[in-house]
Amino acid sequence: MTKPTLATIWLDGCSGCHMSFLDMDERLFDIAERADIVYSPLIDVKAYPEHVDFCLVEGAVSSEDDLRKILHVRQRTGTLISFGDCAVTANVPAMRNPIGVQPLLDRAYIENVTINPGIPVSVVPKLLAMARPVHRVVKVDVYLPGCPPSADLIYQSLVDLLAGRTPDTHGARFGR
Amino acid sequence: MTTVHTLRIDGADVAASDGQSILAVATENGIDIPTMCHLDGLSDTASCRLCLVEVAGSNKLTPACTTLVTEGMDITTTSEQLTEYRRTITEMLFLERNHICAICVANNHCELQDLAEKLQIDHFELPVINPSVGIDASHPLFAIDHNRCIMCQRCVRVCAEIEGAFTWGVMGSGIAERVVTDMGTPWGESPTCTSCGKCVQVCPTGALFENGRSIAEGSKAQRPFLPFLKRLGEGLEQT
Repeated sequence: MTKPTLATIWLDGCSGCHMSFLDMDERLFDIAERADIVYSPLIDVKAYPEHVDFCLVEGAVSSEDDLRKILHVRQRTGTLISFGDCAVTANVPAMRNPIGVQPLLDRAYIENVTINPGIPVSVVPKLLAMARPVHRVVKVDVYLPGCPPSADLIYQSLVDLLAGRTPDTHGARFGR
Repeated sequence: MTTVHTLRIDGADVAASDGQSILAVATENGIDIPTMCHLDGLSDTASCRLCLVEVAGSNKLTPACTTLVTEGMDITTTSEQLTEYRRTITEMLFLERNHICAICVANNHCELQDLAEKLQIDHFELPVINPSVGIDASHPLFAIDHNRCIMCQRCVRVCAEIEGAFTWGVMGSGIAERVVTDMGTPWGESPTCTSCGKCVQVCPTGALFENGRSIAEGSKAQRPFLPFLKRLGEGLEQT
């Protein structure tokens, strides 16, 4: 029997959720027993596979690059999991929403800069008007709130999901 | 002589004194009704709508905190519909302003966060508004971050009813509604504020906090001089 496949992606977040994923410590071996980890910032694979059973999404959808990635990943993923507060509520990336993109960029790259002020136009992706929770952009199947979600919550939720059960996220909480 | 009423809450027969609210009777009988604007020791305003209950014979929901019991009342405090409403209300409390738990002074000491956890809210279905709202940090000891305010108005009531200063009030309506000090005067210039800190203590979220409290501290200093809270702790009757 082939194992279910698991991926993780990283959009507009601080990578703290991925750090919490690593915090599963020795239980990572157990996860590796139950699933094949096929794509992640934590492993060296360049392209998202044709089909992935489960994908943890860290971060809000904030830039054109995030948007392109999440649309691509949604198409190729069975169960999409909003992983952590930035994916679930847009959290800290959403702090820029009331300010607006142009005033924000002006402040960061022109007003407070003494050497070569200027808004970057190449390489870095363009910001969308708002940083949005993942489920405002594509359909999300499971939510794991927390900043970051605890390793215990990630482990228990993954074990449930990989066994085909709906995870019990009781005790999960925004912030924390 | 006190008139005693008998009524039913969630199918159980309970006794209540005349003048008691549904909420008070439910609490006495160990029945949990979620609340947010209610605080023991302050008057009730029924502004948060979380304690809405069903009363048999009425086609509308009624707030448990401000509805007095009557003889033979038949009250339902928990139903699928009520839970759904409470979840939606909680979502609205979150989404009307900018609640970013991870970087809030009240993270993990917040009644709104507790409520979301209790109602098992793991995401928001309603659209995000992210309004632009301000902070008043002009007071030397305290500050208010309107991003975290849920308009429970506990600060307004504690200031008027316990401290007697009447510094806090409400300005605007709907989504533009804000708590304000002295008709909109910056808090630091308030001629009426006694700097007692009661408003900070009763605030259920991180809207009111002490200057210099960092996120890492994550809690508000306890203020044992709040006489009404002390009395409650000693289990004395409120008048």
